Amino acid sequence: MQPHELLQPRPEGLYCPPGDFFIDPVRPVQRALITHGHSDHARSGHRHVLATRQTLDIMALRYGPDFAGSTQEAALGETLSLDGVSVSFHPAGHVLGSAQIAVEREGLRIVASGDYKRCPDPTCIPFEVVPCDVFITEATFALPVFRHPDAAHEIAALLKSVEQFPERAHLVGAYALGKAERVIRLLRDAGYERPIFIHGALAKLCDYYQRRGIDLGRLEPATMEGNNKAAFAGEIIVGPPSAFADRWARRFADPVACFASGWMRIRQRAKQRGVELPLVISDHADWDELTRTISETGAREVWVTHGREEALVRWCELAGIAGRPLHLVGYEDEGD
Amino acid sequence: MKAFAELLDRLVLTPSRNGKLRLLVDYFRATPDPDRGLALAAVTGDLDIPSVKPAMLRALVMERMDPVLFAYSYDYVGDLAETVSLVWPGPEDETEGISVRLSDAVAQLRSAGRADGPAILARLLDRMTISERFATIKLVTGGLRIGVSARLAKQALADFGGVDVVEIEELWHGLKPPYRELFDWLTGKAGKPELSAAAPFRPVMLSNPVQDGDLEKIAPPDYAAEWKWDGIRVQAVAERGVRRLYSRTGDDISGAFPDLLEAMDFEAALDGELLVGRLPEHTGTFSDLQQRLNRKTVPAKIVQQYPVFVRCYDILQEGKEDVRPLPFIERRKRLEAFVGTLDPSRFDLSPVVPFDDWAELDAMRHEPPHPIIEGVMLKRLDSSYVPGRPKGPWFKWKRDPHVVDAVLMYAQRGHGKRSSFYSDFTFGVWSGPDDAPELVPVGKAYFGFTDEELRQLDKYVRDNTIERFGPVRSVRAEPRHGLVLEIAFEGLARSKRHRSGVAMRFPRISRLRWDKPANEADRIETLQALLD
Repeated sequence: MQPHELLQPRPEGLYCPPGDFFIDPVRPVQRALITHGHSDHARSGHRHVLATRQTLDIMALRYGPDFAGSTQEAALGETLSLDGVSVSFHPAGHVLGSAQIAVEREGLRIVASGDYKRCPDPTCIPFEVVPCDVFITEATFALPVFRHPDAAHEIAALLKSVEQFPERAHLVGAYALGKAERVIRLLRDAGYERPIFIHGALAKLCDYYQRRGIDLGRLEPATMEGNNKAAFAGEIIVGPPSAFADRWARRFADPVACFASGWMRIRQRAKQRGVELPLVISDHADWDELTRTISETGAREVWVTHGREEALVRWCELAGIAGRPLHLVGYEDEGD
Repeated sequence: MKAFAELLDRLVLTPSRNGKLRLLVDYFRATPDPDRGLALAAVTGDLDIPSVKPAMLRALVMERMDPVLFAYSYDYVGDLAETVSLVWPGPEDETEGISVRLSDAVAQLRSAGRADGPAILARLLDRMTISERFATIKLVTGGLRIGVSARLAKQALADFGGVDVVEIEELWHGLKPPYRELFDWLTGKAGKPELSAAAPFRPVMLSNPVQDGDLEKIAPPDYAAEWKWDGIRVQAVAERGVRRLYSRTGDDISGAFPDLLEAMDFEAALDGELLVGRLPEHTGTFSDLQQRLNRKTVPAKIVQQYPVFVRCYDILQEGKEDVRPLPFIERRKRLEAFVGTLDPSRFDLSPVVPFDDWAELDAMRHEPPHPIIEGVMLKRLDSSYVPGRPKGPWFKWKRDPHVVDAVLMYAQRGHGKRSSFYSDFTFGVWSGPDDAPELVPVGKAYFGFTDEELRQLDKYVRDNTIERFGPVRSVRAEPRHGLVLEIAFEGLARSKRHRSGVAMRFPRISRLRWDKPANEADRIETLQALLD
């Protein structure tokens, strides 16, 4: 069996003809296997969805309980058979519930890794290397310039700034699923015990993380009582990045705009967004993690999707691995 | 090195002056000598490190990585120093690096010759974190570009030591990196350093603008009036064979004015306006003067084409005598006699303008005899020369600004307190035929309005956006639909860099003309007429 007979790109997403299913389809399909709950991978309206318990829960939180015709939970490490194709889910270390999906038939194994990272994250199970013939990798940060520092170092920079500017409110932009909870948890790990204020868009997911046993400490809504701007002085507020450019941000005293994202590695990016304190914290693998992972899977062929395919394909060429871009559409380049 | 690198990372993204001061003061407090002094020198541009050419840097990195991957990386980042700092194969622990002190790094780089320079730089980079590598590369390629002026650094020193910035300015040119005696004084370990260098800068006396009611409280006979010339304020000091030209903030700008320095064959400190022109008749415009500003050195051709002179208005030191305590009228007599002895093609006297009452002076202020005059100065006859901006002895009374009605075209989000507001506005005037007019951008302004007006502008921008590019919004601006802004500005220069061909000096929004239809805003011809 040739790899493209087992998995192939279609306009709807990655398709498995013998198993008749899609992985992370961007349009409604009969049978969808979902790697994780980010909205560009997990969409509503599929007939049948197979995903981890947490991913199913997150989809229900975001789209309502009727987000799919029927659902089935995939336990990590357990092999299922779909029309003669073996399918198994393995931790991807990206966000809570995220998984890689291994697809195998007649001795050929392809791993679709979805989004992943290798550095430790207290809010999800670490990535597991699954040996395979073909490895499908994301390429969000696939340039040698993207090298994420230890997240604890970035959190220390945030806490130092809070100490240096006690009269100002620190607004941390972080995506609602995964990043926000990770930043909050990392603050707790660094010994920060004050209440953390959150934007309304984060409430449901933070609450879900807490219920899954990830202790985020005391969270309070970032709503204002009266017109007392000084109330948020010296506090940390976490919200979706889009909110900080919005009128919502005006309730805070002389805010320090922070943004937790792998994109913050590039000064010009931080400057353009008006970020005063960039926090290089990413839920995607950096260049070193990407190349290390490809080597560790032992794959003889690598398919590269969403991001900077050309650099990773070039790296594969230098490493003697067959690499090619997989032109899938509909996955956001910016989602970190 | 780590603390210095982190300081640079923060400074470059901190828009507010107070924020920058806080970061600098905290750094001076937390960092030992000599590192803090070297960092200070790096910020003020006084740290001398042999330079590494960008080509050399590129060659170094090419030895370490695939050229195709480097090309992709550089293409994405756009800045060579930043790209190299990111892709350089660093130590195992990227977050901590292998501790390198700023002073050690500087010592190693300074001892490097032309031949071993690149290898020494490479060995340093091998041990550093990404931020440290960036800071080091910026140090050796010249120019930190972190938005901190020497003046701001001096203010931070003053805040750190709890002294007046004037004291720092006065001492500054006698001190050398790493400024140990300065820090010893500021931390209370030693007394104030002796002012020993010849030709030091003397902190300048500044004026206050005339405001409503000011003139009613003062009497014309107590004051002398002079024209206010549109050049830059300088201090020309020559003592014991040392000649220096300082800007009004105490930056040594001698290097760019060899023609003037040659004529400074005197023993004195003079205060005056630097202008371009050929004395006695010709005084050039501010845009002529700009040909000579912001340079480290100057080509002979430019010196020929744009000769400079100083129009003197005060004398601070004459020979061995500090004349600053003398009243203005006495200093003026000394100045008149002194300037008479100088090269008349390089030094002349700012004339005193006789007047009887404020109305007469007001009329002269509006109809000055020369286009390079931007108003009048008032100086109290009995005032001694004191540094800073005391209220009372000196006033500036500027000519009213030019105004033009323009149409709002683009808005950009601000920084810091204004980061959720569209607060930087690009505006244009009409050009092209009357039946198919087109807006051409003529400037950008980000102040002049009240907080309430800013809220209104922000709402207007959000309600009338037609396109978004990152932090910028393009706003609906058509003959029948658009917001007219009254723009006040100080002057206009020809510009090849702007599509409109003009560049405004000091533009600000003076009024929001909600009442005025967009098609009645001014045309480009109105501005062009001001150029001639």
